[in-house]
Amino acid sequence: MPVFPLKAFQQVSSANPWTYLVFGLIGFAFGFVLESSGFGNSRKLAAQFYFKDLTVLKVMFGAIVTAMVLLFTASGMGILDFNQVWVNPTYLWSGILGGLIMGIGFIIGGFCPGTSVVATATGKLDGLFFLLGGFFGAFLFGETEKYFDQWWNISGYYGRLLLPEVFGLPTGVVVMLIVLMALFMFWGAEQLERIFGQRDLSRKPKMQMVGALFLLVFAALTIVLGQPSLEEKYARIAPQKEPLLQNREVYVSPAEVFHTIHKQYIRLVLLDVRPEVQYNLYHIRGAENVPLEQIPAYIRKLLAYSPSNTVYVVISNDEKLSTQAWKMLVAGGVPNVYILEGGLNNWLAVFGKDDPQIKALPVSTSAEEELRYLFPAALGDRYQSAAPSPIKYEELEYEEKIKLELKRDKSGGGCG
Amino acid sequence: MASISKVRKTREAKPYIHPYLGGFLLGLVLFLAFLLTGNGLGASGAMSRLTVFVEDQIAPQHVDRTPYLLKMAGGDKNPLDDWIVPIFFGALLGGAVSGWLNGRLKIEINKGPRISNRTRLLLAFLGGMIMVYGARMARGCTSGQALSGGATLAAGSWALMFAVFGGAYALAYFVRKLWN
Repeated sequence: MPVFPLKAFQQVSSANPWTYLVFGLIGFAFGFVLESSGFGNSRKLAAQFYFKDLTVLKVMFGAIVTAMVLLFTASGMGILDFNQVWVNPTYLWSGILGGLIMGIGFIIGGFCPGTSVVATATGKLDGLFFLLGGFFGAFLFGETEKYFDQWWNISGYYGRLLLPEVFGLPTGVVVMLIVLMALFMFWGAEQLERIFGQRDLSRKPKMQMVGALFLLVFAALTIVLGQPSLEEKYARIAPQKEPLLQNREVYVSPAEVFHTIHKQYIRLVLLDVRPEVQYNLYHIRGAENVPLEQIPAYIRKLLAYSPSNTVYVVISNDEKLSTQAWKMLVAGGVPNVYILEGGLNNWLAVFGKDDPQIKALPVSTSAEEELRYLFPAALGDRYQSAAPSPIKYEELEYEEKIKLELKRDKSGGGCG
Repeated sequence: MASISKVRKTREAKPYIHPYLGGFLLGLVLFLAFLLTGNGLGASGAMSRLTVFVEDQIAPQHVDRTPYLLKMAGGDKNPLDDWIVPIFFGALLGGAVSGWLNGRLKIEINKGPRISNRTRLLLAFLGGMIMVYGARMARGCTSGQALSGGATLAAGSWALMFAVFGGAYALAYFVRKLWN
């Protein structure tokens, strides 16, 4: 079980005032390093864009690659659960347009928001005015967002999309390529400084080579370690999760699933993990077909798109496939996942009795994960029992097992 | 204004640390933030939340009717109850302490030699306004998107990062008199 990130620190709230202290300390270190690097000085920052002093690029990319190699090494070693790490969701077009606007603000104002904070803290009046302008800009955005709300919320939305998925390469390889790119950029930056900034490069500290070596070694390590597969991730959390299966805490009865469909405060997603042929033959109305082998790719979508009140119920004919799917989803960090108890066979035992089109087969004739009912045609969800009448089955009793566990709300997260 | 610079006059401002060391240390802070809390760093989000907090004091009903503000401060939600707010105040303090230790705590205006103080302050305000407007649109600034998203390999953050540098480099030539 990966220990990090620590659960206690994942959410700041007034109920746990000491979490403010933890984030305050992180902020302190952040501000301290920014100021020490010269980021409180707007002239130093602006010099970046005239190729005279490329400190901005060096510090930024230096920080990105350092944090990146450490993060993915920690994840590869199983110390850190990367699913619990906030990854900025991709909103491509608002991101690019916002980025261009930020670039304009950067060169006119001479700061970015973080650097203007440390500039203000050290008495730079231009930093203070930038910060005040920033508050006004934030106010303006809040007031004008309603005019392009829809574009802002959906345009170019890809959710939690990582570069390795974009390029179809293993994470470690992408990490290595970015390290190489950064080292090349550092070299290029120094050439530019020599040409445009008349910088004397003859006295370079030896530590630079050590740093480059450190990055390359860690990047190589991420390739060697790889990132944990869903099976490996499940193996790590198995001690916590196996009892849930053994005590049947996550197996919910057909009656509960049926009643949950009609609950307003829960968004129920039925995941039918059987092969498509079986899904076409018969499925519960509203169920999505995600065959077992497609689940790894599907998890990213689930994590990115789903509102926090979503509950998943995985469905197969019995419980074997659905339990496998449950393990994958849980290993992938999907919250609120349950299994249809006894699968569709059990569902049909409850709701199929009065379905005139369906005939039960003798139990002895069927093997595991096979439907014990006879269907006249592949009607999918157009059978009566696929969408049982809420009036007729209102009184159905069951033991309530679904407990909605709200995931941490990140709607205002990231930089905001 | 004068009193602070007088006190500091006796002490020479120490040079900044080497950019690569700065990058390494900043990366270490970023990594520790992710490792411990699952969150990265940020700044503009706190500016947005502080603004919304003030708005919520003056016109709470307006906040409840505006979709973007509603998410942060709708009803009895406190917009300041978020991890990014202590980060912001911590950074303010951390910057001040670093400046103080290194003799850089000094009231001054940094600008190019060809523009007046007034122009510089006006443009700083304007730049801040444009920057944070863009940062809110992009859902994060150079810290929350470029640094944090860059390190976690978020595809959108990398696109945004190139857009920021692209925008700044594209305009840099036309405003060269401001800085050189």
